[in-house]
Amino acid sequence: MSPISDPGFLLTILTQAVEREPGFWNWAFHWFSQEIVVAVIGLLLIIAFVTINAIGLIYAELKIAGHIQRRPATMEVGWHGFLQPVMDAAKLLVKEAMTPTAVNRPLFLAAPVIVFLPVLISFIVLPFSEKLIVRDLNLGLLLIFAFSALNVIGILIAGWASNNKYSLLGALRSVSQNIAYEIPILLSAMSVVVMANSLKMSELVAAQDKIWFFIIQPLAAIIFFVATTAETNRLPFDIPEAEGELVAGFHSEYSGMRFALFFLAEYSNMFIVSAVFVTLFLGGWHGPILPGLIWFLLKVYILVFIVIVARWTFPRLRFDQLMTLAWKVLIPLSLANLLVTALVIKLVR
Amino acid sequence: MTDGNITSLETEQKISQGLTEQTFWLNMGPQHPATHGVLRVVLHLDGERVVEAEPVIGYIHRGHERMGETRGYAQFIPNNSRMDYLAGLIYNHAYCAAVEKLAGIDVPPRAEYIRCITSELNRLASHLLWLGAYLMDLGAFTPFLYIWEEREKINDILNHVTGSRLTYAYNRFGGVHKDVDDDFISWTRAYVKRQRKRFKMYNRLVTGNVIFQNRTVGVGAITPEQALNYGLTGPCLRACGVEYDIRKKEPYAVYSEVDFDIPTGSNGDAFDRYSVRLAEMEQSLRIIEQCLDRLPGGAYINDNVPQYLAPDSGDVFFAFESPRGETNIFMVSDGSRIPYRMHWKTPSYSNLSILAEIARGQFIADVVSIMGSFDLVIPEIDK
Repeated sequence: MSPISDPGFLLTILTQAVEREPGFWNWAFHWFSQEIVVAVIGLLLIIAFVTINAIGLIYAELKIAGHIQRRPATMEVGWHGFLQPVMDAAKLLVKEAMTPTAVNRPLFLAAPVIVFLPVLISFIVLPFSEKLIVRDLNLGLLLIFAFSALNVIGILIAGWASNNKYSLLGALRSVSQNIAYEIPILLSAMSVVVMANSLKMSELVAAQDKIWFFIIQPLAAIIFFVATTAETNRLPFDIPEAEGELVAGFHSEYSGMRFALFFLAEYSNMFIVSAVFVTLFLGGWHGPILPGLIWFLLKVYILVFIVIVARWTFPRLRFDQLMTLAWKVLIPLSLANLLVTALVIKLVR
Repeated sequence: MTDGNITSLETEQKISQGLTEQTFWLNMGPQHPATHGVLRVVLHLDGERVVEAEPVIGYIHRGHERMGETRGYAQFIPNNSRMDYLAGLIYNHAYCAAVEKLAGIDVPPRAEYIRCITSELNRLASHLLWLGAYLMDLGAFTPFLYIWEEREKINDILNHVTGSRLTYAYNRFGGVHKDVDDDFISWTRAYVKRQRKRFKMYNRLVTGNVIFQNRTVGVGAITPEQALNYGLTGPCLRACGVEYDIRKKEPYAVYSEVDFDIPTGSNGDAFDRYSVRLAEMEQSLRIIEQCLDRLPGGAYINDNVPQYLAPDSGDVFFAFESPRGETNIFMVSDGSRIPYRMHWKTPSYSNLSILAEIARGQFIADVVSIMGSFDLVIPEIDK
C-alpha cells in the first residue's frame, strides 16, 4: 500500500500540521466554510431567481400575447391567471418523462442539463447592482460568452440523441445559426470593451456613469440586440424550432421536466442577454433616485418586453435569409464598427 | 415511391451503390402542423433542399360519392358541407343547382339572390381562414386572431339564418329552407362596411412586411402554361395571369346580373396568390352589396318540388366556383329516387398535383409556404 492512499498516513500529516501551526486548522475551516456558505447561498439565490424569472416571463408572455391579439389571455387560475405558469410548472413536474426507445439514452438525458447549466453559471457575473454580484471576475464578459456558446452543444446533443429527423434538422439549424450570430455579438461587444478598456462587468458599468454606450455606439447596440435575439432562438429568428416546418425542432421528443428545462433555459437566456445588453449599452445600474437594482431590472425587463412584442408581431425568416443577414450584413457592419472605434480611440488617446 | 417501406428499400440500394449518401427522406404528415389536415408529403431532402416532394393523399377518404349513390337526392345535402368544410354553403348551393338542372326545377329569384349572398359570405369566411392559417404557417401568430374576429362575424350572421356555423345544409331543391330577415340584411351591411376598413389594416400589418415579402415573393412561381397543364383553377390559376372564373365564364345563379371583376396576378408566386385572394374578397363584398340592393320580394322556395325527387333518365354536368377553384359535379339519373352515378371533381386535387414540380430544389420552409398558398382543404381532395 502506498503511503498516500493510507488514511492513517494522511491523518498523521494533518495532525502534525495542526500541531505545528495551531492557527492552520482554524483558518482552513473558516476559509472553507465561508466559501461553501457563500457558494451555496449564491447558488440557491440564482436558482430561485431563475425559476421566478421564468415563471414571471411566461406569465408576461401569455398576457402580452393575449393583449396584442385582443383577447384577455389566461384568467382562470389566481388573480388574472397569475398562477397559471406555476400550475403549468407543477403539471410538467408530475408528468411522466418519456424516453423513446430508439434514442441514445445517456446523451438524451444529458442534453437538457447541458443546455441549462450554462444559464446558472452566467448568472454568477451579472451585476445586478453595485454590491449585488456573486463574483465580479476580471473576465466576466468572456465567461458569459463562453458559457452561452456551450448552450448550442446541448441543443446539438438533444437533436442528435433524439433519433428524429425533425430534431436533427432543428439542431443543425441551431448550430449554424449560433455560429453565425456569435460573431456579430462578440464583435459588437468588443467595440464597447475597447472603449471601457475592461472585460470586468463592474468596470464596464462604471465606464458609463457619464454617458451610456448606447448613445456613442448605436450601431453596435442594434447589431448586438438583433444578434442576441437570434441567439436565444426567438421569433423572427426561431427557425431551430420552427413550428410550422419542424414541429418543435430539437426538443420534439422531450416531455415533462426535461422539456421544462429547455423552456427554463430559453427564458433565462432571454434575461441574460438583455442583462448583458443593459450592462454593455444602457449603463447597468446607473440611474437617478431609484436604487441600482431597480434600475437594472427595469431596463432589462423593458428589453425583454420588446423581444416578446417582436415575437407576436413578425413572421419567421427563412433559414438562408437568416444566414444572409448574419454573414452579409451584421458581421461586416460590426467589423467596420469595431475598426472605426479602435481607430478613433487610438487617435484620441 | 409512395410507400414508406419501398422508398427506404430503394434508398438503401442507392446508398449501397454510393449514390445518395447525402440525402434522406422526411415524412411530413399525415400529422404535421403545416399540412392542415391529414395530408402526407414525402420529402426527399438534400440537407435543407428538397430533391423531390411526393404528396400522398387518401387518409380522410370517406366515400362521399358512393354515399350519394346509395341514398335519395335530398338526403345527400348534408354531405356537401362535409366535403369542403370551409365552403359548406357553396357546395350546398352547387349541389342543389345541379339537381335543379337535372330535374328541371324553377328557383324563385329571391332564393337565387339569397343563395348568392350566403355563398359569397361563405367564400369570404373561407378566404379569411386561409389568410390567417397561411400567416401562421409563416410564423406570424397574431394576424390569425385578428382575422378570426371577422370570420366570427360571418359565422354569427350565417348562424342566424341557417342555424349552424360550419356545416350548413341550408339550400333545398327550389330555394332555401328559411327566409332571411331584416336582422340578416342589416348585419350583413354592417359587416361589409367593417370588412372594407379591415382590409387596410391587413395591408398595413402584413402586405408591406419585409419578412413576409421575403417569404412569398418569387416563392413557388408557376407559369401560365404549367398551371394549365396541371389543371390548376381558382386563385392559383388567376395568380398566373389567366382570367378564368366560372362565375364569369359560365354564370350560374345571379352572377351574370351583378358587376364584379376577376382579379389576376402576374408572376404566379405565393405573393400573387395572396394578393389575388385579398382582391377577391373585396369583389365578394361588391357582389354581396349589389345582391342586397336588388334583393327581390316573393317566395324563397319553390313549393312544388316533390319530397322524393325522381328525375327523368339523363345526366347533368354542373361547374361552379368554390373558394379553391372550379368544382364540377357530374350526375347520372336512371329515373329512380337514387342517383345512378355521382362524380365530383374538386380543385385542391389538381392544385396539389403541381407541388411535386414546383417544390423541387426549394427549401423545406418554402414547401410550407407553397403548400399554404395553395389553400388546400384535405377532406375536399379525398372526399
